[in-house]
Amino acid sequence: MENDKILEVKDLSVSFNTYAGEVKAVRGVSFELNRGETLAFVGESGCGKTVTAKSILRLLKPPFAVIKEGSQITCDGKDVLALNKKELCEFRGDEVSMIFQDPMTSLNPTMTVGKQIMESLRIHRHLNKKEAREEAIKMLKMVNIPSPEKRIDNYPHEMSGGMRQRVMIAMALACSPKILIADEPTTALDVTIQAQIMDLMRELKEKMNTAIILVTHDLGVVANFADRIQVMYAGQVMERGTAREIFYEAKHPYTWALLSSAPKLAKEAKQELYALKGTPPDLILPLNCCPFASRCEYCMPICKEKNPLETTITDTHRVSCWLQHPKAPKVKSFYDREAK
Amino acid sequence: MIKYVLKRIGYMLITLFIIATATFFMMHSIPGDPLGAMANKLPEQAKANYYAKYGLDKSLTEQYTIFMKNLITKGDLGESLKYPGKSITDTLLTNSKVSGVTGGLALFFGVVIGVTLGIVAALNKNKWPDYLVMFIAILGITIPVFVMASLLQYLFTVKWMILPTTGWGKPKNLVLPVIAMCFGTIATYARYLKSNMLEVMGQDYILTAEAKGVSRFHIIKDHVLKNAFLPCITILGGQISGIFTGSFVIEKMFGIPGLGFYYVSSINDRDYTMIIGTTIFAAALFVVAQLLIDIVYTLLDPRIRVK
Amino acid sequence: MSEEKKVTSATEWEDIPAEKFQIIGTDDFSGDIIARPKVGYWADAWRRFKENKIALIALIILIVLLFMVIFGPAISGYNFEQMDTSAINQLPSSEHWFGTDSLGRDLFARVWQAGRVSLAIGIVGAVVASVVGSIYGGIASYFGGIVDDIMMRIVEVLLSIPYLIIVILISVVTDSKSIGTMMLALTLTGWCGIARLVRGQMLQLKSQEYVLAANALGVSPFKTIMRHMIPNTIGIIIVAITFDIPGYIFSEAFLSYIGLGVQPPDTSWGALASAAQQNFMFYPYQLFFPSLMIALTMLSFTLLGDGLRDALDPKLRK
Repeated sequence: MENDKILEVKDLSVSFNTYAGEVKAVRGVSFELNRGETLAFVGESGCGKTVTAKSILRLLKPPFAVIKEGSQITCDGKDVLALNKKELCEFRGDEVSMIFQDPMTSLNPTMTVGKQIMESLRIHRHLNKKEAREEAIKMLKMVNIPSPEKRIDNYPHEMSGGMRQRVMIAMALACSPKILIADEPTTALDVTIQAQIMDLMRELKEKMNTAIILVTHDLGVVANFADRIQVMYAGQVMERGTAREIFYEAKHPYTWALLSSAPKLAKEAKQELYALKGTPPDLILPLNCCPFASRCEYCMPICKEKNPLETTITDTHRVSCWLQHPKAPKVKSFYDREAK
Repeated sequence: MIKYVLKRIGYMLITLFIIATATFFMMHSIPGDPLGAMANKLPEQAKANYYAKYGLDKSLTEQYTIFMKNLITKGDLGESLKYPGKSITDTLLTNSKVSGVTGGLALFFGVVIGVTLGIVAALNKNKWPDYLVMFIAILGITIPVFVMASLLQYLFTVKWMILPTTGWGKPKNLVLPVIAMCFGTIATYARYLKSNMLEVMGQDYILTAEAKGVSRFHIIKDHVLKNAFLPCITILGGQISGIFTGSFVIEKMFGIPGLGFYYVSSINDRDYTMIIGTTIFAAALFVVAQLLIDIVYTLLDPRIRVK
Repeated sequence: MSEEKKVTSATEWEDIPAEKFQIIGTDDFSGDIIARPKVGYWADAWRRFKENKIALIALIILIVLLFMVIFGPAISGYNFEQMDTSAINQLPSSEHWFGTDSLGRDLFARVWQAGRVSLAIGIVGAVVASVVGSIYGGIASYFGGIVDDIMMRIVEVLLSIPYLIIVILISVVTDSKSIGTMMLALTLTGWCGIARLVRGQMLQLKSQEYVLAANALGVSPFKTIMRHMIPNTIGIIIVAITFDIPGYIFSEAFLSYIGLGVQPPDTSWGALASAAQQNFMFYPYQLFFPSLMIALTMLSFTLLGDGLRDALDPKLRK
């Protein structure tokens, strides 16, 4: 198990400097990723999941965004935060690559898609033009783009959203990276295309044995895709576990809230969707309490005084919630209520 | 593409026709004798001859028909009122060669230097090169061209005596007018390119390129520059027109026998046929330049090419 | 992170009293409290403008210039037309702060008097052009279709001729002697740029999701225009006016320079500069002062425009 660990993030803290003050977008997040595994970051907008993902590639722009002292990111034995400019370029795209939310704006409009795919091949694999082109065609074929020999000379605006996202995937996987970070890869796409893209990613993941970090707010996307899930809120990890544990044995009231606000076919049509009241705390304020306290049905006085520790439930399942304290009352979980 | 160009040429011809017509009727609506003060000095017979020669004895519609016919079939704009026998078309063609040299050089240096400075400023945002470039740009925008020209004349010809004040024909006659003319273009391009580059650098696809591991140098070269430079082509038209009107002043100050020089003197002489001719010629030059710019832009920007 | 009370040790974990573990449930309100103060559009714009020191300085320079233009001629103690043959072409001195010209007129008085004309032309020209342009562009975008096509085609024709050529032509035709006709010449096609700008912005706004949303929610067209279209257009109009003012001052100076502008006894910065340019080699200060004023005005308006654009562009709001 130890051997398989490919990425380790420890105490990652990221702040944004805005006119109103320092916004602490990520507050001491730690996690690990194993080879070939899929880890999903789930949470609502602004919970720090994208910022965490971008930090791994050091894509945040200083001085506006700063990765705080004491944060540690280790990828395959490399200290990512200590890489110099050149090493960073070699690291990005080769060992870890990333695809973004909006395929409409993420491709250079004045460069053919082929050139954009070839770019990483030429940088990291040092291929010549001809070899890179052949490889790029292979990649396009792999992501199921019809007549790739022709499509390679297309400009992004000549393609549909789904096609462009396929190109993005081809580009990201061109150098067979160890880790692929997918930041809401399907959010901007039609539902039917979403499924195709997810299937494609699963297929490629198995073929290439790439570890994937999937960032999403959509539990539905995660359900049959991720091995492990980590639920984030206000820049912290609230609960983490295998997909099974998060879907069927979740312990955190926030996870319950997320689960009950997802639509289910089994539910009676009449039943209204659950909507979580309130908004996440403003990250500009220091948090002296559990960030979810004010919106939590099970809030206790302690929740407003101290931030809970992570409690280990199983090897893989950990929760940050005061309800796990031995003195805390046993509450009816979400599943008991659902069962009725 | 061919359809687009044909359509544009069609519009261009209509535009030119409107301009020619409007100019003609405007100039002929000026109250008073077209011969102005000269008319009083001439004896009746000479005046009548003069009128007959220029067709001024005919009705306005007739004059217009003749004028347009000559213009369209022969490209003939008539004769100068002030200097009888001087063909306007020939004068314009000779003069525009002179203006073309200075204007072309000014445009070339203006764009090249302006773009270079803009890149330097964008890459060193909020550092001293940026401040220096923006200072130069601000000077270029705020100092009127005649002040700039006076200053250059004063420094290089009176103070240091290394260049001639006025004259035409030798390369060193070109130096000062070209510098004075290109200053505005340098300033405009430096500012425009800098802001475009900064905008492009904030785009999502730059982040994609960074995530791919493209080095900063290649990001700038392969991704930023083309996208930032493309819109700069569209403002070239304004620059051409700016350099053209700037030439009115510059050519007068440096004694360059170009289009601007003669335009201003024809205005001062109230040489109406010459004014009409020069206006139409200048508008035509400008409209054609605009069309060429648009075609080049369409060829270079893949997003437009297909539409 | 030190100020955040995270439980660290196991003993502390055990030591928490039991009464801290009673479920009290959700706050009804605290979840919705927004920690940051609400900042309105204009307040936010003003905040950003204030932060821009350069734009503030530009604004102050403009206010000083305006003050001098209004009171300068009076301060000088000379009439701007008053000639004094005993004091021609004098260098700046305690008597004549900016010196005198070839007719012995006090340049300090003349520069400020000229400033009145130049600034008036700039401001009136830009405001008139903006009003006409906004209405024109607004109408074109509101009606759309063929009306829009025709209206914009007209603008395109007008814009395809170099601006100053049209101005020169009109000046020649009207044989401009008064400031009024000159203003007419300057604004006759000057509004085209703004018309295009306003039309573009309006069309873009019309297709924006929030305007569609407002329509879908049944907000009346009048209210949509008042709440969404105008606030989102006024910014670019203000910025355009700021950038246009120096343009008009420049054009006027240019016209005066080639002898088509303001005629004596009136004068403007351009006319002063033009007069001074004749004997620039001998009396450079005569060119210096009017040029300085043109440059200062241009500079201030340009920097102010930059500042306003940054402050008023809602897309830059963060």
